[in-house]
Amino acid sequence: MIYDPTCIACPQCDVVHRFSATEMVTRTRCVRCGYQLTLGKSEAITRVVGLALTSTILMGIVLFAPFLYLNAGAFDSSASVVDVVLGFASGIMMPLALAVLVFIIVVPVARSMLLIYALAPLLAGYRNATGAQSALRWAFLLKPWAMAEIFMVGVAVALVKLAGMATVNTGAAFWAFVLLVVVNTLQDTFMCRNTLWTSLATNTA
Amino acid sequence: MDIPGHQHGLITARNAGMVACTSCGLVVPPEVQACPRCHARMQSRDEGSIQRVLAWLIAGLIVYVPANMYPMLRTTQMFKSQDSTIVGGVVDLIHHHAYAIAAIVFVASVVIPVGKFIVIAYLAVLLSRPHDKDPHRLHTLHAAVEFIGRWSMIDVFVVAILVALVQFDVLASIKPGLAAACFALSVVFTMLSAQAFDPRLIWDITDEGTPQ
Repeated sequence: MIYDPTCIACPQCDVVHRFSATEMVTRTRCVRCGYQLTLGKSEAITRVVGLALTSTILMGIVLFAPFLYLNAGAFDSSASVVDVVLGFASGIMMPLALAVLVFIIVVPVARSMLLIYALAPLLAGYRNATGAQSALRWAFLLKPWAMAEIFMVGVAVALVKLAGMATVNTGAAFWAFVLLVVVNTLQDTFMCRNTLWTSLATNTA
Repeated sequence: MDIPGHQHGLITARNAGMVACTSCGLVVPPEVQACPRCHARMQSRDEGSIQRVLAWLIAGLIVYVPANMYPMLRTTQMFKSQDSTIVGGVVDLIHHHAYAIAAIVFVASVVIPVGKFIVIAYLAVLLSRPHDKDPHRLHTLHAAVEFIGRWSMIDVFVVAILVALVQFDVLASIKPGLAAACFALSVVFTMLSAQAFDPRLIWDITDEGTPQ
């Protein structure tokens, strides 16, 4: 049971659009509310899988390398991202530690994994993995909950607050995290819903 | 190439007697339960939408009160403890002459949450009865709230980083306060509130001949 993929309704305002084959591979906006219906990324799958792999590797560096070094007189300390998360991990603050863990590590990694799981078989010429549709849908749904870029702004604010108190130096994980934010942002510009869904639906391997 | 917009001859999936998938945009007959392309559950309009919006909004408001009353941070320096609330943290930054950063924190922790409460409540109340407001404006409001809401988390992350870094025993240490957890919950609840909104309800008012 395959329905017409050139007929798309705007998820924001329900207006139905019919696109020609040439329009489908360009950027299109909803004529009523301006929502971006297609992003015009025909190479979306390769890019999304590549960037998802990159971001998973970067997250590995982020987790285990030191993030920031702090020096105040005779005292030194360094914190990895895991330390940042565990900073809350005592008593009643435990739920908060879990929330920070979820927003800056678990959700970004989960999104990359879901995207690789759903889309890599297409690239390799295999048939769709079981539940590929659910995986891709969840990758879209989780987008607002991946807060790596917000965490970086938080880091900037924290550095200013500490400036008067101690010397702060950045570690390898800091720069890996900056890259990760760039990679994730780039990835989202390639996540054209229509291209990805059509590719999954028309995978005949 | 963007398709130029014109208001004539627009038809919604519902007026065409079809149901549109909000996940992938496919248009299918109303008897289809799950989207054949992305397996999402299909619903022409989310009838319980406004109720869920209001429920999450009220939850967010409730936890926003302690988030502002209790301390966000407890800084101990040389045996002296000092508590700072959300607004107190902004004032501290101004004393450090970090005006730009103070502005970012103030906007993220005060302006955005309060603005969100007002906008979501306004939309929810407006859409539950007939109104004559321009749907384009309402749509922009909703899109703005959905886009910007998550940035309120900045202050929670600042607390997390400070707590992890500043651990010099007696010299100086920073501990999180109850407000950090309350504030994080408030941000999550209002994000869920904004997401519970079915934006198609905003446009139904302009669709002539639409039942109910």
